[in-house]
Amino acid sequence: MEQQLKRVREIASSYENDPANLIAILQAIQTEFKYLSEEALTLVAQALEISPARVFSVATFYENFSLEAKGRHIIRVCTGTACHVRKSQPIYEALHQELGLSGKHCTSPDGLFTLETVACLGACGLAPVMTVDGEVHAKMTPEAALALIADIREKEGAAQ
Amino acid sequence: MRQNQLTRENFHVFQANAKNALKQSRTVTSVLICAGTGCIAGGSLKIYDNIKAECESRGIAVYVGLKHDSDAEKSLHVKMSGCHGFCEMGPLVHIEPLGIMYIHVKPEDCHEIIEKTILGGEIIDRLVYHLDGTAYPKQEDIPFYKKQHRVVLENCGRSDAEDMEEYIAKDGYAAFEKALFEMSDEEICRTITDSGLRGRGGGGFPAGKKWESARKQTAEQKYIVCNGDEGDPGAFMDRSVMEGNPHSVLEGMMIAGLAVGASEGYIYVRAEYPLAVSRLKTAIEKAEAFGLLGEHVMGTGFSFRIHVNRGAGAFVCGEGSALTASIEGNRGMPRVKPPRTVEHGLWAEPTVLNNVETFANVPLILRNGVDWYRSIGTPTSPGTKAFALTGNVVNTGLIEVPMGTTIREVVFDIGGGIRNGKKFKAVQIGGPSGGATTASREHLDLPLDFDSLKGIGAMIGSGGLVVMDEDTCMVEVARFFMRFTQNESCGKCVPCREGTKRMLEILDRILDNKGSLEDLDLLEELADTISHTALCGLGQSACKPVQSTLKYFRNEYLAHVVDHHCPICNREKPHPIIDAEKCKGCGKCRRNCPAEAITGETKQPHAIDGGKCINCGACVQNCPFGAITAAKEG
Repeated sequence: MEQQLKRVREIASSYENDPANLIAILQAIQTEFKYLSEEALTLVAQALEISPARVFSVATFYENFSLEAKGRHIIRVCTGTACHVRKSQPIYEALHQELGLSGKHCTSPDGLFTLETVACLGACGLAPVMTVDGEVHAKMTPEAALALIADIREKEGAAQ
Repeated sequence: MRQNQLTRENFHVFQANAKNALKQSRTVTSVLICAGTGCIAGGSLKIYDNIKAECESRGIAVYVGLKHDSDAEKSLHVKMSGCHGFCEMGPLVHIEPLGIMYIHVKPEDCHEIIEKTILGGEIIDRLVYHLDGTAYPKQEDIPFYKKQHRVVLENCGRSDAEDMEEYIAKDGYAAFEKALFEMSDEEICRTITDSGLRGRGGGGFPAGKKWESARKQTAEQKYIVCNGDEGDPGAFMDRSVMEGNPHSVLEGMMIAGLAVGASEGYIYVRAEYPLAVSRLKTAIEKAEAFGLLGEHVMGTGFSFRIHVNRGAGAFVCGEGSALTASIEGNRGMPRVKPPRTVEHGLWAEPTVLNNVETFANVPLILRNGVDWYRSIGTPTSPGTKAFALTGNVVNTGLIEVPMGTTIREVVFDIGGGIRNGKKFKAVQIGGPSGGATTASREHLDLPLDFDSLKGIGAMIGSGGLVVMDEDTCMVEVARFFMRFTQNESCGKCVPCREGTKRMLEILDRILDNKGSLEDLDLLEELADTISHTALCGLGQSACKPVQSTLKYFRNEYLAHVVDHHCPICNREKPHPIIDAEKCKGCGKCRRNCPAEAITGETKQPHAIDGGKCINCGACVQNCPFGAITAAKEG
């Protein structure tokens, strides 16, 4: 944690501790640590000399920020119009089932996957699409999505 | 070239050299590999690598950038281009000057492309676009492109987006240079006003009028903001322009800076467009290194800097005042207007806020003149408009047509009609802020321009065209958009925060077949209230999809609330079927079903519950006895 907070301080100062760069700072922290911890947010408030309330208000307003730790692999299923009419919902449902998610929990119990939706990736010509760790997979089907998961699990298993 | 050395003369020399290099480059074969988001997803970067590797192994020398006099003779250009728009067919590979376009290219095809087409001049029929038995090896002959009029997107797909020299060789920055040295701020504003350019981001507000009122403001500091927060689901025009021709956006903003007297510009790009962010940043670096951006541009008193801001996932930030709040590092919430953004925008200073496509039009107008611009499109909506054509249509992708092109031409001529021989039902124009049009002749022949669409309760919005076939329930579509806006409502004003929630509940009830006729009246009443009282454009237009479907597709609502049975939503869904004769009851399908839709005792024939089945096909693949037949596409 000490190490992490040191990095947070460095990130904030690389943006000149300017409150106008708050969103960019939070984005940089999130890219590095995958989520925004309470400690990190408080520290940002101190560094920028603004109230923690303002930092939290921004962190909770934007959808890309997560206050919870995420899984190692982030899966995002596009639910934009084009993907919706080309049946992206069954893909989401199949993944949801497979990963053993329920209710508001979007990270699998083993901490390997986080399942999210995204409003539109702008790759509508390839609908339905999903991304795994930022890589776009086009013209998906539920079975292809499940195959991707199996692949990653296998690789993770081999790595351990 | 050092920044402080750059003068107008240097620019002309550079431009002349670049043009010469472009001319020379055209005598040599070029391979252009589309590197838009769509084609990259299809593996186009691998194709680029393979082509390069193939050339290397054969000892074919490849140019980097344009061909200059000083360069040794080489035999090939290999470039990554911007989006061609025909993403459906990607990855796309273009070969100039033969004009060949290959579709669905795979990394393993590269060897053959070099061998046969590049070295042998032979066309590989397998990689050519085919329609109704005819092969279309050339891009311009393909029906999808034939009816288009590409002006803003012309260079996307034909140029290397990261090569500034190529942009200058194709007359890039010439309009800025002309504006800088030959035009007064007033003249620039007048030219834009005379051209009739209207904002491409939604409402179609005249850009010249906006610029003129910002110019008249007396503040020391003014800002130019480019709205690249293309949040409408189903729209990706701006993404393609930012990725494929980033310099045109910068040039438009610089001209706007000259026109209103601003020295700072911001581009706000959606977080979901990382490639656009990196291409814009590269373009800015190059323009700065060349001295086109920065202090004392070309030795004049004009200074201009451009910053790129990444959004963080909030649809409402597409609204002007929310966007500027977000650039300032705050929650992206709109504020009450007036004062308008031109008076009180970013950091409370006068601000010109236009969208990406609008800025990309500006250099073209200055370069080719007002008359040329007005010769395209309609008298009240001149120019072209880029649309993202998606949904149940044969050809999906990015298109650019003159304003006033009819919906029929777009859906049937360019789009190639409806997929799988289904019937056309509706087009949703303008995303969650727009409305649906019907298959009636009157609607099909409606010209796509700002005013005609307003007349029927739709709007161009940012330009998403989602085509729906007969299997789409319009109530479901209305709920889809309502859920989207409800989710994205920022919560500042009550009508939008509470009203959209209630509307969504009613739509949920109707779709559950538990609604009543009164619900329809309630929907209309709520929609009317919200559209009149919401704080910003997002809330005011949030009800449009419901209003337009209630008006044009009332029967489908009635099926839900009167018959309590919708012929589309409630028809039996197709699902795989287990042949009881062949099934050995091994249970493999049951264990593999992600929806737990299969039941059965071990060693007894199993069965699929159609209500639970999501038709994923996992059981079909897993059955060791071939006892399960897949559902027919429906």
